[in-house]
Amino acid sequence: MDMVTQTLGIEGFRMIAGLIGVIALVSVNALFLIWMERKVAAHMQLRPGPMEVGPHGALQTIADAVKLMGKELITPEEVDRPIYYLAPIVVFLPVLLTFLVIPFSQTMIIKDMNVGIVLILAFSTLTVLAILMAGWASNNKYSVFGAIRSVAQNIAYEIPLLVTVMSIILMVGSFRLTDIVAAQSRYWFILVQPLAFILFIICATAETNRTPFDLPEAESELVAGFHTEYSGMRFALFFLAEYTNMFIVSAVAAVLFLGGWRGPILPGVVWFLLKVYAVIFLIMWFRWTFPRVRFDQLVTFAWKILIPLSFVNLLLTALALKIF
Amino acid sequence: MMTYFKEILEGFWSLLAGMAVTIRYFTKPIVTVQYPREKIEMSPRYRGYPQLIIDPETKTHLCIACEMCSRICPSQLITVEGAKFPGEKQKRGTKYVHEHYYCSLCGLCVEVCPTTALEYSAEYRLAGYHREDAVIDHLILLQKRQKAAGLPVTPVPTPAEIAAAAAAEAAAKEAKAKAAAAQKPAPGEEVKE
Amino acid sequence: MITSGIEEKTFVLNLGPQHPSTHGVLRVLLEMDGEYIVAAEPVIGYGHRAHEHMAENRNYHQFLPNMGRVDYLHALAFNQGYCMAVEKLLGITVPERAEYIRVITNELNRLTSHLLWFGAYLMDLGAFTPFLYCFDDREHILDLLDRITGSRLTYCFFRFGGVPADLDEDFIFGCRAFIKRLRSRWVDYHNLVTKNVIFIHRTKDVGVFTKEQCLLYGITGPNLRGSGIPYDIRKSEPYSAYPEFDFEIPIGENGDIYDRYIVRLREMEQSCRIIEQALDKLPNGPIMAEKVPKRIKPPVGEVYQAVETARGEFGIYIVSQGDVKPYRIKLRVPSFANLSLMVESFKDNLVADVVAILGSIDVVIPEIDR
Repeated sequence: MDMVTQTLGIEGFRMIAGLIGVIALVSVNALFLIWMERKVAAHMQLRPGPMEVGPHGALQTIADAVKLMGKELITPEEVDRPIYYLAPIVVFLPVLLTFLVIPFSQTMIIKDMNVGIVLILAFSTLTVLAILMAGWASNNKYSVFGAIRSVAQNIAYEIPLLVTVMSIILMVGSFRLTDIVAAQSRYWFILVQPLAFILFIICATAETNRTPFDLPEAESELVAGFHTEYSGMRFALFFLAEYTNMFIVSAVAAVLFLGGWRGPILPGVVWFLLKVYAVIFLIMWFRWTFPRVRFDQLVTFAWKILIPLSFVNLLLTALALKIF
Repeated sequence: MMTYFKEILEGFWSLLAGMAVTIRYFTKPIVTVQYPREKIEMSPRYRGYPQLIIDPETKTHLCIACEMCSRICPSQLITVEGAKFPGEKQKRGTKYVHEHYYCSLCGLCVEVCPTTALEYSAEYRLAGYHREDAVIDHLILLQKRQKAAGLPVTPVPTPAEIAAAAAAEAAAKEAKAKAAAAQKPAPGEEVKE
Repeated sequence: MITSGIEEKTFVLNLGPQHPSTHGVLRVLLEMDGEYIVAAEPVIGYGHRAHEHMAENRNYHQFLPNMGRVDYLHALAFNQGYCMAVEKLLGITVPERAEYIRVITNELNRLTSHLLWFGAYLMDLGAFTPFLYCFDDREHILDLLDRITGSRLTYCFFRFGGVPADLDEDFIFGCRAFIKRLRSRWVDYHNLVTKNVIFIHRTKDVGVFTKEQCLLYGITGPNLRGSGIPYDIRKSEPYSAYPEFDFEIPIGENGDIYDRYIVRLREMEQSCRIIEQALDKLPNGPIMAEKVPKRIKPPVGEVYQAVETARGEFGIYIVSQGDVKPYRIKLRVPSFANLSLMVESFKDNLVADVVAILGSIDVVIPEIDR
């Protein structure tokens, strides 16, 4: 034990332990989220959802994962091989890295960087690159369609996301996530910035490619999406990345607006997880209520409505801070 | 400018209204039935495959092998054979086979039967592993149902019995024809009178 | 050789026969310029089952189950058209109670067809929940119809001269309770779908059918009424017991998808009104005409009978040569004409609108291919 800490140092040990914890969390989270999505969808549609495998279908995801692992990894002939193989990995790794700075409780944070929030936003943009890689390398006009749409969508919705986060940062004065949580000791930021919360949730839904903005994904009308040519475990990685991304944006929303791990009686971790899953429930609720937005309307919505509103929010925050 | 904000607010309110509907349904009880763990009752007029009625008086089937059902079936799925057994007034069905795989459940056979010998069963679990599983021999099925109801089983006439009955019938007919010919005057005599 | 500039070509995209939103097996070849459609060509025939040929080889009674399969969603209207045509040839009058029963079951069937369209259309657009709410409502209707007809989808309920089975008290009670329940659901559907800003943006001013186009292509049904022409066979050429009921014909203004959607929702409400009035006024009496021959052998002649189905005008044309089998039965199905205009309306629209327009016309492909 001493030898380990001496060679790696406390920081290094902490990082490795943290990464192992993160991988465990990601897997359990994906398991839980897929089950939760199916159950939420089912109950909103007046049906029970998975009930067969395990009590109330709790082990259904494991059964699906085993099935996916058993499928043949079909690689079409004319694909651009290096990019084709790299795309699922590139979509997944940056999301894992964003877990570095999320404060699960007062002490549970892997590395408390002073550029916390900027790191998260930077890494979550890398998923766009992965989607473009997947679409282009598939050598399939439908995939290219889906990938191009996804890139346009993600870039368009990045801007209001950043500006909204900026208005919160203005109030706090630092990029560190622990500082942001500490600044919410008296009241949660959602109470003073409800517009920012709404804008953030909308942009987060668009960033993770969820309905009503799920045009790049499967079942999108004509085009089967950027992951048409992926089968088996590679396809599973895309979806794992999507659910983990959902966890990350919900965690950021919980930290920025809902007070992070703060809460009266229960320990910090429990409050944090409760808040994150509440925001995830909200995002799932959107999926099962709204129809899909058409692509040109999606882009119009981002540029003509969300961006002006987010700038207005920033200005109002700046004014309010100056006055009070 | 004002219409811009008004549109945004109206749109946002409509989205919230939709979400309210969904969350209300989220809290309602489920309306589906977990088949095969729970089963639903079929309505009394449900059209399963047609089957022979067990007549409450004679405790057996009422088919007289008139073949009307066989002729009216749009897909020609019913095969009926009958024979007149000595001592009985009418023909009796000796073979009633119904191939269910093309049946369109139109119910014409049930409606056209003159003795109302057919009814709809309530059987919907018709899955099988072979095509022959869908061919239903109704006399055998009748025996199963009679056994299940505790009634005496109607025996299915064997080919030997059918042949014997047909022979007896033919003999009786011949005897009748001879008797009628003996009674009738010869053709030559008729003209004279 | 270096060509100056970029060559602009169109490419062909195949909306294949197996697709979740083509409502059957329809193949549409879309010639596209980027995201815009330049031309479209439908390929039909994947569901051809030779119903008209079967009609030439079966006698009139034996053809009854076929009519439920042509358009399985509004099977009773097709049954009614056929029975009325043969009754016209034979000169049989259907007793009043039977006419009322025919109208009640027909309108219930129209409700199931429109409800299914509603759910399936929203599923095409990406909202998965209304589909299940509609199927919940449909389940009640199917149970009701199951009680009297014995089937849930492909009813073979009407016979020449009347109906074979009567309504009972449970059915009437259940019907009234169901209509009450359905009326309370309209509020939910309006909140969830009709007022939804995303839905409105996707359906307003998209897929406009002008009045001239509709008349040129022979469009009937809610598509025609959505464009503003109030033509409904139940009012223009009344048949069966419809003249005795008081109902409106909803029409739209612009002929876009939203108008067709609203027309269908209002038609559902009108169907509820008709059913209520029919249940109130239901006369007693026989359900089958008296002198119906057992062997149908109509005299030499021909007859055309048109009926209003959920999709438009269904016409049946029977030519009889005095035999037990008809010489020729021609089925004029509404979706065939509706589909032809759809192809026209795809031009200069985005790909994303293709699915929206296709769903809004409510085509049933097996009906086109017969």
